[in-house]
Amino acid sequence: MSALDFFALTGAALVGLGSYGLIAIRHLLRQIIAFNLIGSGLFLFFGAVAARGGDSDPVPQALIITGIVVALSASALAVGLAVVQAEASGHAELPDGDDASDGPDDAQDAT
Amino acid sequence: MILFDATLCALIIAVALATVAGRDSFRAIVFFIVYGLFVSVAWVRLDAVNVALAEAAIGAGLTAVLFLAGIGRLRRAHVQADQSVPLHLPAALACTGLTAALGWAWFALPLPDRPAPQLAQAMPQAGVENAVTAVLLNFRAWDTLLETVVLLAALIGVWMLTRDGNWSAPVGVPQNVRPGGILSGFGRVLPPLGFLVGVYLVYAGTSRPGGAFQGGTVLAAVGLVAAMAGTVRPPRIMATGWRVALIIGSLAFLLAGVAGELLGSGFLTLPVAIAGNAILAIEIALTVSIAVTLAFLVLGPPESDGSGGSAS
Repeated sequence: MSALDFFALTGAALVGLGSYGLIAIRHLLRQIIAFNLIGSGLFLFFGAVAARGGDSDPVPQALIITGIVVALSASALAVGLAVVQAEASGHAELPDGDDASDGPDDAQDAT
Repeated sequence: MILFDATLCALIIAVALATVAGRDSFRAIVFFIVYGLFVSVAWVRLDAVNVALAEAAIGAGLTAVLFLAGIGRLRRAHVQADQSVPLHLPAALACTGLTAALGWAWFALPLPDRPAPQLAQAMPQAGVENAVTAVLLNFRAWDTLLETVVLLAALIGVWMLTRDGNWSAPVGVPQNVRPGGILSGFGRVLPPLGFLVGVYLVYAGTSRPGGAFQGGTVLAAVGLVAAMAGTVRPPRIMATGWRVALIIGSLAFLLAGVAGELLGSGFLTLPVAIAGNAILAIEIALTVSIAVTLAFLVLGPPESDGSGGSAS
């Protein structure tokens, strides 16, 4: 195994780990953190691909920098929305799909 | 060095695990900061110092401040910030499969032709020596122009979450700082040093690792520290000067694009003769906009003192 293999497989593991967090955790803030792990894992995988065959390729690096900045702005919007949802409903979780079809619960009649 | 890389990767995965698992959200965010620092070391090992700077400043820095502020705002609204992580077997299986598929893809990918000849041929026309800066601000200027618009759109989205009564309040949560405490001391010592580092990163970005995004992020962090320590008062949304600062980067980029069209080299294509100076000018304007936009994004919508919790 070369060093690049390690970084690529770490990226793959991070994507899996982040996805698990996104699915298993219901708390919105923790879901956003898990989502950031997925993004960061994909960047690492992409960066390892960019470094294959000798010199590091600057084009993917520029795309990754763009991606990191966009991930921050999306996270900021997501945190803002999560806080508003929590203030409106008293829970930092989204209502279950089943609950929603049963009738309006506290998360839905608050706007 | 292979041992160093293997250890680094093991540390990254261990810290990421600690970020996902565990009940305490505050602890998860502290691990997320450590995670960001380890990943930026990984970027240095991948010979991508520009990315390492961005990851350290944004991933480990601003994103973590954003999450910590998020916890603070949840607690202000009397919402539970912690939650234990349940074992979800189908999700665990699916995510293991996802990781395995990515791992398989890595070994199945064919090796590319190296070094990419087009970029090396085009570099003399770029006007700067840092290849990543050349790609960001010249060869793929469209991407970066649209990215600045994405930042603005996200900020508008965050500001739309403002409650009607708070519209004229300063952005962010009101800060109460103990005079003479650690934070107010930091608020006086760190900003001048950080300002110097940020400006240097922008200036150095034309020939060495650095650039508008890395420098702008450091400057945003300077603004955040000063705002949180009470050294400066955050502005209001309506302040015209700050609004100009928000759009000046995109504006300078567009003007340079139109100038390229008028000078005959095409929209968003910088003529070789002026490329170096044009990139430096765009970078300075872009840094101002990025710094102000990121700081406002992390500070969040304006909140006034008495409006913490609401109906539940």
